[in-house]
Amino acid sequence: MMEIKTKVDATGMYETTFISLPEQTEQEYRELASKFEKLIKDNEGKIINEEHWGQLKFAYPIGRHHNGYYTFIEFKAPRAFISKLELEFSYDERIIRQLTVSLDKHALAYNEKRRAKDSAATKAENADKTLVKRKRTLTIREEV
Amino acid sequence: MSEVKEKESPAGRDPIGPTAANQIRHGGKMPKKYCRFKKAGIKYIDYKDPNFLLKFVNEQGKILPRRITGTSLKYQRQLSKAIKRSRHLALLPFVTDQLK
Repeated sequence: MMEIKTKVDATGMYETTFISLPEQTEQEYRELASKFEKLIKDNEGKIINEEHWGQLKFAYPIGRHHNGYYTFIEFKAPRAFISKLELEFSYDERIIRQLTVSLDKHALAYNEKRRAKDSAATKAENADKTLVKRKRTLTIREEV
Repeated sequence: MSEVKEKESPAGRDPIGPTAANQIRHGGKMPKKYCRFKKAGIKYIDYKDPNFLLKFVNEQGKILPRRITGTSLKYQRQLSKAIKRSRHLALLPFVTDQLK
């Protein structure tokens, strides 16, 4: 008897970047990130990577703000969960923008390389015992 | 980008397509355009890297056409998608002046 695989059962690899309101404490940002991590884990998801890019200046103002705090999460989750996740993002008032993207094999390979490069860079910087530079410095605008 | 020597062959290595300056430099002939993604073996264009995407955008923030950059259609579409995602995340502007 052939089992028919429905699309709903399938899992996929995703990454989401969300921007939260600026000028808050570090603890609040961690709390916000952990809220969504918990949500992902509760829905049979698995967190692969989490990055905090910190407070960056926007290229254009969003809702009267000129800066925002960027958080990036890479995870594996069932496909049906993604619409629910995006809905949760929209409910939270602290989040002003989000982007969830599904990852294909090329994107996954790129992300792995990027993580490897970042960890190598962190190790090198720590070995030098100099001040650790923010890795994601964007030269087109200043970091606030 | 790649350095162009004075006595290089007309099929030069300029990544940004034919302009008058390039023609003069290459002895009156157009330098051969190529898709830099195919050449470098890049399969995925990251929307999270605005410094890289700036190369494909003009001073007003508009996406450059592929006849100027020499990108193949497949990668131009991916590039365009990446730039638009970047704009959504406010990493690149929609419209501006003096971007570079």
